[in-house]
Formats: sequence, C-alpha cells, structure tokens
Amino acid sequence: MFLAPLVLSFLATVMTPFILGVFYSMTDWTGVKCENFVGLENYAKMFKTNDYIYSHVITAIFTVMNMFLVNALGFALALLCSSKIRGKQAYRMAFFIPNLIGGIVLGYVWQFIFNKVLLSASGGVSMLSDPNLALSSIVIVSAWQYSGYIMMIYYTGLQTVPTDVLEAAQIDGANTLQTMARIKIPMISQTFTVCIFLTLVNSFKQFDLNLAITAGAPSRLVGMGVYHSTEFLALNIYNTVIGKNQYALGQTKAVVFFVLLAAVSLAQVAISKRKEVEM
Amino acid sequence: MAFATCAIAAVSPFVLVALNSAKKSEEIVQDPLSLPSSLGQLATNYGGVMENSNFDYWSSFATSLIVTVASLSLLTLFSSMAAWVLCRFKTRLSSFIFMAFVAAMVIPFQAVMLPLLSTLRALQDFTGIKFLQSIGGLVFAYMRFGGSLAIFVIHGFVKGIPYELEEAATIDGCSHEGVFFRMIFPLLRPIQVTVVILDGIWIWNDFLLPSLMPGLSGGIKTLPVAAVSFIGSYVKQWDLILSASALAMIPIIILFIFAQRQIIQGMVDGAIK
Repeated sequence: MFLAPLVLSFLATVMTPFILGVFYSMTDWTGVKCENFVGLENYAKMFKTNDYIYSHVITAIFTVMNMFLVNALGFALALLCSSKIRGKQAYRMAFFIPNLIGGIVLGYVWQFIFNKVLLSASGGVSMLSDPNLALSSIVIVSAWQYSGYIMMIYYTGLQTVPTDVLEAAQIDGANTLQTMARIKIPMISQTFTVCIFLTLVNSFKQFDLNLAITAGAPSRLVGMGVYHSTEFLALNIYNTVIGKNQYALGQTKAVVFFVLLAAVSLAQVAISKRKEVEM
Repeated sequence: MAFATCAIAAVSPFVLVALNSAKKSEEIVQDPLSLPSSLGQLATNYGGVMENSNFDYWSSFATSLIVTVASLSLLTLFSSMAAWVLCRFKTRLSSFIFMAFVAAMVIPFQAVMLPLLSTLRALQDFTGIKFLQSIGGLVFAYMRFGGSLAIFVIHGFVKGIPYELEEAATIDGCSHEGVFFRMIFPLLRPIQVTVVILDGIWIWNDFLLPSLMPGLSGGIKTLPVAAVSFIGSYVKQWDLILSASALAMIPIIILFIFAQRQIIQGMVDGAIK
C-alpha cells in the first residue's frame, strides 16, 4: 500500500516508455502511429548518417576536455579553500553559485558575454563563429558552472583526512608536495572516483548549455560534408526529433545513448567495488 | 590574492548581467562594460519584461513554484514511505523493486522522453485524467524521475535507524502506519532536506521535460521555458534578454543567500551517496 504511488508512477513514466522506446526504435514510428516492424534497419541507417557519427566524436572530445578541466579546477580550488585563508565562506559561495542556475539561462548570459563583451574588448570576431573556439567556449562555461560543485565534493573529502596523520607526516619531514601525493590524494581516492564519473556522465549528457550557447553552430567542413560543429549527442537526438520530425530514428539514437551511459555506470560500480576491497 | 581574482572572475558574469540589464539596448551595444547612465532604465526594462505576454513573469513564476513545491512534497512523502517499506519488509519482490528503481537512475531522460509522451497520451485517453498540458501531469512525472535518487538515499538512511525502536513501538500497541508517520517520518528529516535540495534545484531549472510536456507554445510555462520562448522572440535585443535572464536567476540566488549552508551540504551529500 505504501509502495503504490511510486510504483504506479514508475510503471507509467519509466518502465512502459522505456520498453516502448526500444520497440519503437525497431519500427517506422512517426510519433503518432507505427505501421511496420523494420527490425534493425534504423540502427543500420543511423550509423550511416555522418552527422550522427560526428556528434559522437565531438561529444567525446568535449567530455574529455571538460572532465579534465573541471576536476583540475575543482581540486585546486578545494585545496585553496581548505588552506588557512580569510573569507573562505565568501569564496565558496562565489564558486558555488553558478551551479545553482539552470544551464539554459546561463547559456544566454554567456552568449551575450562571448558575442558582445569579449567582442568589444578584443575588437575581433566572436569566439562562437569559429568551430574550435566555439567548442572551447562551451567547455569554459561548463567548467565555470560545474567546478564549484566538484570543488565542494573534493573539499568534503579533504576534511576527512585525519589531522594526526598530516601532523605525523610533517614531523617526519614531508613537504607539502609529498603530503599531497603520498597522503591526501591516496586517502581520498574514493572521492576522485565519484567526481570523475560524475563529470563524465554530466559532460556526456550536456544539453542545456549546448542548446543555449551555440545550438550546434557554426558549421564545419570535414571532407565533403558540412556539419554542425558543436552538436553534441543529446542535442543531435533533440534535433532529429524536434527539428526533422524523424521520431523512430531519434528514438533509436536515444537507445544507443542509454546503452553508452549504462556501460559507463557499470564501469563505475566495478571500479568502486574493487577500491573497497583494497581498503 | 590569485584566489580572490578567481572568485571575482567567477561572479563577474552576474555583475555584467546586473549592469547591462539597467541599460538601453544602444548603450549595451556601444559599450557593455560601462556603468548604466540612469537607474530608471532598470525599472523600465524589468517592468517591460514582466508585463510581456511571452514571458508573463508572475504566472510562470507561480507555475514553477507550484510544480516544484508540489513535486517535492509528494516526492518526499511517497519516497520515504516506499524506502521504509522496501528496507523493513524484505521479500524477493521488494528487493527486485528496489533494484529496479536504482537501475532506472541510469536511464537518461532522452531515452524515454518520446515514448513517455505517447504513454501519457494513452493514459489520458484511457482514464480521462489530463496528463499532458497540465501541472498535475508534470508533477506526476517529476515524482518518478526524482524518485529513484530519493528512494536510494532514504533507503540507506533507514538502514541506520535501529529496528528495536520500531519493535518497542509495536509492542506498545502502535500500528504499522503509526510507526511510520509518528516515528520514522520525523526521524528522516535530515535526509529529506538533502532530497528536497537536490531534486528541488533540478526541478526548478529543468527545461526539457516542461518544454515537451506542457509544450513551448502551451499556456503553462515554467520559468526556464518562459525565458526561452521570450528570448527566442527577441533575438539580439540584449536589454530584454538580460533582464529576463536576471529575473529568472533572482529567486534562486535569494534562496541560496538564506540557506547556503544547507544547500551546499545537501548537494555534496547527494553526490557522495
């Protein structure tokens, strides 16, 4: 009885749509009706469309860049925040705020910054009109939005390192760098796993910023084809459905999107389990 | 010192928004870094945006507020109930349900969004209850999408409550429902705060679901959806766009200033667990 509300809603909003979704991906679904069962045809077709392949590549590049930058920044800020400086509270607040505001609104604000503020400061062309710079712009905004959050997780992790261990190391003559590499980092390795996977999954799913900052523009020439240079996977799925009305194809891409994310999550569980055994 | 510079850089976009939302469009184009010439323009811009029929600030603010508050209250209540049952009454079915909820966390929204619409449409035709284009339907969907995380986190917390407490209450003649509502539910307060913060920020900011379910052009808009449809209709009108962005950000910034300790704590706890 206690379970009923959530289980019902679970069935209606996740299980049924998910199973239906896998089924639709094998039909010629148009959003309203599906007539023919086409087997794996959509899957075959999908991997032949170059813009989809391109989205995979650009999402992978973005994910790697973003993961690295967010974690490096977050960890560095966490170290600074846990050292003895004045006004820690204010700093933490300043770094944390961007994370609370939706990517859509932030995206528009940054579009303004890239197109107007930075433009008038440099007098040149907007960063958003060059394919590579546009990608870096999204990385910058995403790092700005996200590293405050990651910082707080690292900060909490660093607080759990017992002070007596650090004191013992100091007495034994370890310098700051040695304490860092030999004690702090190994002791919070679990936190690293959490942060790395969190940023991995979130970068991979990036949609709001992508839509609001560039919406896939500008175009890039690769070989014979023209591509939306910054169209990540989530946006590619969205555009396939909303822009081009290809429901079945969009759903097929979404299923693949799920499979990739599930693989990442399984990897995370496996790695965390192995770490726990070691400790 | 370098640290202070970083912090200033981190908040500078907000300062820019505040400055430029108090200027006329021409002034912004001329020099986005200059100080606004008169504060009167601020009121003009914000007033204009608020009254604009595409944005309709107060009505979308109210929609966002209702959706968030309703989803969070139902979510906390139902997921506490479910988590408690799943934790205390161990059967094969209950562990299966729990696993299903946890596993569902992996499913990205994109994978279910299209069939979700057709499922809800079918349900709507079948039961006569309005799921699409309605606040109720949106709350119903959020209840579930937030539910996995909530059940997972609360389940872990319930495990830490000694079972002897419940036994004592049962011996004293308390019913199952009584045990839950009088004893367990109040004890869950700390973890519920975490759930409310995590899911609250996400629901408040979410764009994709409310843009699909009630529709971008529909009558019901949450703040992010209203901001997008407003901004979409005023391309390059930076004075209006920035005022609209500022208005969309202000509520959450105010909330953060008053409850920053709890918010930071809640979000970090949610990530670690």
